[in-house]
Amino acid sequence: MLAAILLFAAVVGVILFVATLFRGRRADRWVAYAYLAPTLVMLLVGLVYPGLRTIYQSFFNAAGNAFIGLDNYQTIFTDPDQLTVLRNTVFWVLVTPFVATAVGLLYAILVDKSKFESAAKALVFLPMAISFVGASIIWKFVYEYRPDQGNVKQIGLLNQILVWLGGKPQQWLVDSPLNTFLLIVIMIWIQAGFAMTVLSAAIKAIPDDIVEAARLDGVTAWGMFRFVTLPAIRPAVVVVLTTIGIGTLKVFDIVRTATGGQFDTSVVANEFYSQSFRSDNQGLGAALAVLLFLLVIPIVVYNIRQLRRSEAL
Amino acid sequence: MFGQSRSQRLRGALAGTLGLGLVVGLAACGGSGDSDDDSTAKQSIDCSQFSSYGDLKGKKVTVFASIVTPEDKAYTDSYKPFEDCTGVDIVYQGDKSFETQILVQAKAGNPPDIAIVPQPGLLKQLVATGKAVEAPAEVAANVDKFWDKAWRGYATVDGKFYAAPSGASVKSLIWYSPTEFKEKGYQVPTTLDQLKELSDKIAADGGRKPWCAGIASGEATGWPITDWMEDFMLRLNGPEAYDKWVKHEIPFNGPESTAALDGVGAYLKNDKYVNGGLGDVKSIATTTFQDAGLPIVDGNTCSLHRQASFYAANFPKGTKVAEDGDVFAFYLPGKDASSKPVLGGGEFNLAFADRPEVKAFQTYLSTDTWANNKAKVSQGWVSANKGIDPNNLSNPIDKLAAKILLDPNTVFRFDGSDQMPAAIGSNAFWKQTTSWITGQDTKTTVDNIENAWPK
Repeated sequence: MLAAILLFAAVVGVILFVATLFRGRRADRWVAYAYLAPTLVMLLVGLVYPGLRTIYQSFFNAAGNAFIGLDNYQTIFTDPDQLTVLRNTVFWVLVTPFVATAVGLLYAILVDKSKFESAAKALVFLPMAISFVGASIIWKFVYEYRPDQGNVKQIGLLNQILVWLGGKPQQWLVDSPLNTFLLIVIMIWIQAGFAMTVLSAAIKAIPDDIVEAARLDGVTAWGMFRFVTLPAIRPAVVVVLTTIGIGTLKVFDIVRTATGGQFDTSVVANEFYSQSFRSDNQGLGAALAVLLFLLVIPIVVYNIRQLRRSEAL
Repeated sequence: MFGQSRSQRLRGALAGTLGLGLVVGLAACGGSGDSDDDSTAKQSIDCSQFSSYGDLKGKKVTVFASIVTPEDKAYTDSYKPFEDCTGVDIVYQGDKSFETQILVQAKAGNPPDIAIVPQPGLLKQLVATGKAVEAPAEVAANVDKFWDKAWRGYATVDGKFYAAPSGASVKSLIWYSPTEFKEKGYQVPTTLDQLKELSDKIAADGGRKPWCAGIASGEATGWPITDWMEDFMLRLNGPEAYDKWVKHEIPFNGPESTAALDGVGAYLKNDKYVNGGLGDVKSIATTTFQDAGLPIVDGNTCSLHRQASFYAANFPKGTKVAEDGDVFAFYLPGKDASSKPVLGGGEFNLAFADRPEVKAFQTYLSTDTWANNKAKVSQGWVSANKGIDPNNLSNPIDKLAAKILLDPNTVFRFDGSDQMPAAIGSNAFWKQTTSWITGQDTKTTVDNIENAWPK
């Protein structure tokens, strides 16, 4: 540990020393390069190299010793198990960002300028502070099943409500594809707070004169939302949508904690882990990782563009 | 790394702290650690048996395993005579994600000196990394002397022998309540047919279902069914067919495995038989394997539960696990009373270094001396080492397991899914049998597993 700190200090020292050597007109530029060098090296070693290596590995077989071209990618799009994984990922990405954003937006509007605004916001924001694993464990209890027998009491909230309403307890996490949507609920529960915070800030940033002018024109509540609030916060909405979208594509903890990917609930990020580390199929695992990477890129690009645009406003 | 101790005294203190600290808090840990160390050291250790290893003072051997607190204490305690007599410091590290970690370490060229590997399949993968070291001749000689022939085969890759087995477990066990059997006049079955008759009888008597089962285990959900199926494969088709099946010399969707899975289905997918106190057939999928056997003593809603010897630890504190107690186990019978196939598991001590101290330690671990030392300090542990004296085992279930393992009529076979390629043994087999329990038919299930077999 001490050695590592000393090494770090030595490297920083060398860089600072090298930086002082440059003089003259173009010195500033060289100093900048010197300061950037460690970051660049770390990016190369920690990001670019593993990335390229993963792409390379995705063209190889399970043991990583024979080139098989695009076979792994073909498996992803033809194998029934992998198709289920893709289907689930599509469900996740289509549902989570929109519902979480909608819930967050609705909540932000409802509590805006109300008496208990900060307390109400804190309540919804709290799940953000819980880890995905913790949240999944909490929700596993909500979905918990106890058999429909005389002396057995339900311990799961959902089944207890069902029993009170005269229904029979269900094993919620077993039936596909319902179970995937029940897992999505967990993600929405976590992310709605994030959406609410960002959107609430955006709503507060709407200039009062616009709102007043609309009021004078006698706008209805819906009209206010449709023609004033929404257009004004549109960039923020897009940023929230895409940020949650990226997080959703990478979802792993929830699936792994709640069902372990069983009962047809696996998603790309979980499948990539289980193929690489449990199934010992590094090729397919790498191909899934590459697929995930490819899927995330357009959203990231769009997200950054929108972020810049919203900052420009 | 944390917890690396430099001296005996520190090690003793640490072990004492870990063990006692959990129970009584941090008070008085130093004192208890010291006395603990002394008592073991003075306890009839005959150092002469270690003299052949030569002078190894001040050397260090690292051990990496999946066994964590509190079970690891029995391991470190069993190393003490070796440490005290040779002066070698054994640094033990346990990690629950051992199985992925050890592969990463071996591939990265940073393995421990000795790994306690719980599966022959993983052992083969580790040998394939090229970092494992062949077992020394002394270890091979000990294995020939103390173990059944089958065991040597599990640790042999391409004709080279790598690791001596250490612990072993018996999986072919059915847990039951001796009290209930006595009350209702049930007999422990000695053939598969009798097991079936017994199940029917319990079901007909009413009040409870004969069986309870559970296969949930996080991402490993499904593994208990693989054990069921292996037991039936072994019983219905015999050990030769079992070996072929494990090596994929007969297909997974052939008549043998179909019959075996249907044999399991006759119990687990039978509404009259399952799932005592836990729900319907489907509830098997969401009941954790830890909870599944509890209804035998807790609520008395089922009578039988098939699970390995280690399951004893799952019963609540105060449950008497004994032949005349609240709960005990009997051998899952063979097709007839004369055949005694036993499904089990075990661990192997695989070395990644051939320094003299590593070889010496490896040799010590392959002796009957170590097995008996370990037996004296363990609960819920047994070895297939024939030199083990069952009287050194303290709890009844360990004695039963030892009796089964050491019986000359026993035909031992290692857990099959642990030997199959990972894509099957720790993925498709689990996943498909989980689907099977929630409704998928047998044919689709075995077909899907066959199709997933790596080409």
